[in-house]
Amino acid sequence: MAGVTNASGAVEASSYKTVFASLENFSKGGVELINDDPRHYAFSNMYEVASMSKPWEQVAVGKNMQYVLEVVRAEGESGWRTASHDQFAVSLDGEIEIEFYTHSAPVDASVEGSVALTADPDGQRMGRVVLNFGHQALLPANSAYRMKAGRASVVMIQTIAGADTKFRWAEICQTV
Amino acid sequence: MSIEASTPTSSTEPNAEGYRGFTLGQFSFRRDEYFAYISWPTGSHIMSVDAFLRAMQRDIAWDFFYGIVNFDGVFGTMNHYGTVDLFAGRYNDSYRKAELDYSENIDTPIIREQFKAILDDWTNATFDPFASPHETGPAFGVKNGSNVDAITRRRVAANRMVNLPGDEELRNDENGHPLNRMFKDVPQDEPIVEAEPGFENEIAGFNLFNYLARSQVTWNPSVVSVCKDSLFCPTTEEYILPIIHGNDRVEWFIQLSDEISWEVEDRDTGTMRSRVVMKAGDVCAMPADIRHQGYSPKRSMLLVWENGDPNLADMIASGQAPTYPADF
Repeated sequence: MAGVTNASGAVEASSYKTVFASLENFSKGGVELINDDPRHYAFSNMYEVASMSKPWEQVAVGKNMQYVLEVVRAEGESGWRTASHDQFAVSLDGEIEIEFYTHSAPVDASVEGSVALTADPDGQRMGRVVLNFGHQALLPANSAYRMKAGRASVVMIQTIAGADTKFRWAEICQTV
Repeated sequence: MSIEASTPTSSTEPNAEGYRGFTLGQFSFRRDEYFAYISWPTGSHIMSVDAFLRAMQRDIAWDFFYGIVNFDGVFGTMNHYGTVDLFAGRYNDSYRKAELDYSENIDTPIIREQFKAILDDWTNATFDPFASPHETGPAFGVKNGSNVDAITRRRVAANRMVNLPGDEELRNDENGHPLNRMFKDVPQDEPIVEAEPGFENEIAGFNLFNYLARSQVTWNPSVVSVCKDSLFCPTTEEYILPIIHGNDRVEWFIQLSDEISWEVEDRDTGTMRSRVVMKAGDVCAMPADIRHQGYSPKRSMLLVWENGDPNLADMIASGQAPTYPADF
């Protein structure tokens, strides 16, 4: 096999393929138990979760006290949402456009997680971000934001558990 | 046995191989061409010096991290966030049963500075403890210069998010972050960001995968985004995690690319509990009562997700918070 001599003196491959996954093509690992309960690990796969979700459902795949990691199947146009704190979105499959506006109905600082707005934002346009695979964006505190995706896509959100967060551990996690 | 006292430190003149010896409380450290030797009042231990230096590099860079940094199954540190336990056999069932385990509680600045002195003196010019084995020369041999630049890399920690004005900057060729040889195929495009005037500090984004593909180091989480105490700490992994991390809180792994296998052991005894295989898109919690070590056959992207709440470790230790992430 042709290769490249590296700093250690060993020969390694001349090129490598990075393995990513997508909604259409993912392969799941798992917990091989020796002396434990698989539920302690809450093991799931984000693409599998998105494949089982309705568009724009915010399904928790990680929880650390009040903080959550949500997976969203992005497809079509979401409703307008806001949060009292910063959140962050990462595209794990597909192109996602996010529009941002100011608005006059901020949620109370004690309310955590995202909240649906009952009407279109009435404030100033703040801008927009278009995420592609592997891109991350800030969803700034108190902004109104809306996402659009032309095809079924996957977004991971760093946030805090709120009224919108769906907990489906028994459905999404390895249990045996 | 545990001792709490003001901790004296010292170092010796170089030995026949050119390396200084060090003491930290009643622990002593010396090295020769191949090995690091550690001794304490109730025992002694030997480690391959490359493994010792890789572990010590992480312990220093992470400022003793969350919980326990086991250099191997015998020796390591436990962080109490202001002080650090330096231990031998404390989390080893055989040492505990034989009552040969030993630890000293040391003020963090004292152990930090002595660890830095050891790492500086024992790291030769040919060796980069942060690099994968393919990317560095050997740690072995007699004293051969130093590698200060490699062992004093600045820890990257965004205040809000990478690429926001005034926050951590993107990585590129010009600032010394070329694409890693194993990530040459990772897309380099950046998101479209259109901020209206006055909102440049709010409307922002970056290519996280490109950012990771340009990391110079392995097994070294850096903070890219912060939601209160929720920290996204992605890292690139190749070969073996140089430490066995013992958790004092639930920690989450999100595999972004390629594959890592984890060996999971009981935190306090070291008995095996599971083996976890993670592929791209997999999410897995590491409970607060385990320790784990990862194996990555090809450089991979791993998102380590931490809860940095300073009260969390005590809440879990006292039973006020669970060791597992969810009940179902």
